[in-house]
Amino acid sequence: MSDESKKQLNRREFFSFVTVGWVAFTSAVAGLASLAFRYSYPNVTFDPEMDFIAGFPADYEEGVDERWKNGFGVWMVKQEGKLVALSNICTHLGCVPNWLPAELKFKCPCHGSGYYMNGINFEGPAPRPLERYKIALTPEGKIKVDKTKIYRYEKGQWDHPDSYLSV
Amino acid sequence: MAKKGVADYIRETQVWKSIFRHGPPTDARNRAAVVAGNVFLHLHPIKLKRSGVQLGYTWCMGGLTFFIFLALTVTGLLLMFYYRPTAEYAYNDIIALKEHVPLGIMREIHRWGAHAMVITVWLHMFRVFMTGSYKPPREFNWGVGVVLLILTLLLSFTGYLLPWDQLAIWAIAVGSNMAKATPFLGHGGPGAALAQIGDFVMVSDKNDVRFQLLGGRFVGEPALLRFYILHCVFIPLVVGVLIAVHFWRVRKDGGISAPL
Repeated sequence: MSDESKKQLNRREFFSFVTVGWVAFTSAVAGLASLAFRYSYPNVTFDPEMDFIAGFPADYEEGVDERWKNGFGVWMVKQEGKLVALSNICTHLGCVPNWLPAELKFKCPCHGSGYYMNGINFEGPAPRPLERYKIALTPEGKIKVDKTKIYRYEKGQWDHPDSYLSV
Repeated sequence: MAKKGVADYIRETQVWKSIFRHGPPTDARNRAAVVAGNVFLHLHPIKLKRSGVQLGYTWCMGGLTFFIFLALTVTGLLLMFYYRPTAEYAYNDIIALKEHVPLGIMREIHRWGAHAMVITVWLHMFRVFMTGSYKPPREFNWGVGVVLLILTLLLSFTGYLLPWDQLAIWAIAVGSNMAKATPFLGHGGPGAALAQIGDFVMVSDKNDVRFQLLGGRFVGEPALLRFYILHCVFIPLVVGVLIAVHFWRVRKDGGISAPL
């Protein structure tokens, strides 16, 4: 280092540069770290479809219909003049209960939660009833089930007109 | 002067001297040099109290845990040669590991080792607690050990999904729904309802910790890949670093504690 440049950069200025440099470096690393965090949330996922056409209301008989259980995770339950789309996800910890026709109940194999045919829980650790999905008629008279809209019994949402179909 | 044996001639070769830069460990200085001059052993305390390494005092649980960790690393590496973490292949590869490969017990060794490591980690923690080895100056190392315990459990949890059978999928469904119930970070947890302004939901099933863990809203193929990478690369790397810190701090905090 020449004598001239020594005069140009004194001790105080040197530390100013070092401080600016470290602040820039640290913020760059922090920015990259937050980008890496955002990287773990993909913009596109390949989850199953959230809505589907479930045929005509006349296709269903009184009781529990399991035809959409494997594809979409929905039981169609027709009872007392109402057709509802019941979620098949246990409200305890998210397993899939089985419909036991002989005992007229949904029974979860993971921890033993039990639900009546209408989805109300009555045994085991489940804290609340099964959820209903939005159910509506298309202009052609077909049933459309929309799983992005959820209706919860304990919130009094089962009276909502979109939560059942009068048949 | 004693007669020279074959061992003495070997010790005088340049090959030997280039590898071991100290004399035979017959005196205190060379015994210390054996430990301090070896990249693997230098994490180990140079001197130990005889009473401190009694089996009745340590139960050798820390050492057993480390041995099982090494065994799991080796068996896990061997399993990776045959296992593909995709929905199409994962389950069949697990079957093939038993049916199509010599030493079909490899996966079972890995699984039993995982169970054994959880047991020895707990017993090690129990021993350290009962001998008061968490007290100053060793309190930081207790903290490192607690993190290692949690990482051990996470290794077991992430490995549980990889067979991709019903048990695995529903176990992870249950486990990730616990993540859903995390306060403020999970969309089903307390606080998620507070972080809602009108119709705008800040913590939803698309941006909470469960989504990050599973790479989606369901236990599907992205979750399998994520758990595979966490299980085989990410967590073992962190565990390896923390094990080094753990051993180093045993040395720096005064070696193994000894009975009073």
